[in-house]
Amino acid sequence: MLKTRLIPVLLLRNGLLVRSELFSIHQIIGNPINEVKRFNEWNVDELVYLDISAGDSYDTGREDHRVGSLSDPLSILEAVGKNCFMPLTWGGRIRSIEDMRNCFVRGADKISINSAAVANPRLIADGADTFGRQAIVVSIDVKRSADGRCEVYTEGGRTATGYDAVEWAARAESLGAGEILLQSIDRDGTGSGYDVELVSEVSRALTIPVIACSGVGMYEHYAAGVRAGAAAVAAANIWHFRELSDRNGKRAMARAGIPVRL
Amino acid sequence: MSATIAVISCGIGNIRSVVNAFEYLGCKVVVAEAPALLHEADAVVLPGVGAFKAGMANLQAGGWIPALEQEVLGSKKPFLGICLGMQLLATEGFEGSRTPGLGWIEGQVRELRFDGDALRLPHIGWNNVTIPPHSVLYQKLGGEADFYFVHSYAIYAESAADDTRAYCDYGGRFLASVERENVCGVQFHPERSHKAGLKLLGNFAAMANRS
Repeated sequence: MLKTRLIPVLLLRNGLLVRSELFSIHQIIGNPINEVKRFNEWNVDELVYLDISAGDSYDTGREDHRVGSLSDPLSILEAVGKNCFMPLTWGGRIRSIEDMRNCFVRGADKISINSAAVANPRLIADGADTFGRQAIVVSIDVKRSADGRCEVYTEGGRTATGYDAVEWAARAESLGAGEILLQSIDRDGTGSGYDVELVSEVSRALTIPVIACSGVGMYEHYAAGVRAGAAAVAAANIWHFRELSDRNGKRAMARAGIPVRL
Repeated sequence: MSATIAVISCGIGNIRSVVNAFEYLGCKVVVAEAPALLHEADAVVLPGVGAFKAGMANLQAGGWIPALEQEVLGSKKPFLGICLGMQLLATEGFEGSRTPGLGWIEGQVRELRFDGDALRLPHIGWNNVTIPPHSVLYQKLGGEADFYFVHSYAIYAESAADDTRAYCDYGGRFLASVERENVCGVQFHPERSHKAGLKLLGNFAAMANRS
């Protein structure tokens, strides 16, 4: 039977790997080129890389970022692609069909679009028509308002759109999205678990897979995400501060009765 | 001694990941954009993604079929078809209209059939394949392994042949791989199936080294 997927999300900012908290604090972890072989060894089911760089400048002034050809994200993707033998999703500042194509020819299996999809929803349909819908992931960042509504934010959590998360996700599906990567700005980096109500509401409204993300602090959080309706579970920070996160994460899922690839 | 593996590039999908995987395994890889290059290779890989009809049309238009028949059926070079590349081995395909395939493996390519309720297509994700005994491709992989699938069609054969077949189940059983002497086909993507996939590709490369 089909297995439930466990997916690390790796964040890149100005050419370096970072961890984030509440979409604001970005602590540098390392160099993606040095780490690529290590990530490929993890017994996980897919890898998602998101470039969350703010501007177009990739110069942090650090010496270690000049290792290898880190002059632009596509070069990083090319290097990652050579050492990645599981499905690879690339996202961040993708705004056109040409941007998508540039990722696919360098080894990405799927691309993720976020702000550009909200600004230009037709991009989802055009991407699906050109590359097949299973290659198009729409990433949605959500913050809860004071009255509990789930609002979609763009530009790395800086811009409120006024859109409801469930409505936007349903619209993305109808336009041709193959999957939704659902992130909670409130839970990001807190380790307090997924926003399971959010996961549940979005999953119930869609037929395409929803990948839950943001908030994992313990391996038991994965099962809660699956029970809430997530087709796959993702996490960003836990990989960098827990040992054997792949094996222990999957064991916790298996113990909870979830079919996983061991 | 390292055999040369020719990966056919004829416009039916992105071959980069397959090339990367064989290079990672230390193989000598040639991207074959013309049929003549198959003559220099020790083994042939045909990756493919997309529709059966378009796939056969590309093979025909590029003049690949005579070269494949000569090098694979004639000279018995090891051959591996991946995804659409496996489906094209079949007698015929029924994606849209009926299209003849290469006819190396008896069977028809049809949309995935379900025993009970229909499941979502494409079949996408990690699913387990029960490994047949005496398989060359799956050596050292145990009794069962998960591989990564992305497809809506598969080969169906009414009669059991004497080749080595492995099955997967997605609402119903379908052919996951086939091995007949030097001709192999896998419905899943070994270049995306992590360690199990790399082991399988390594086993195929070993076939090339032996022959």
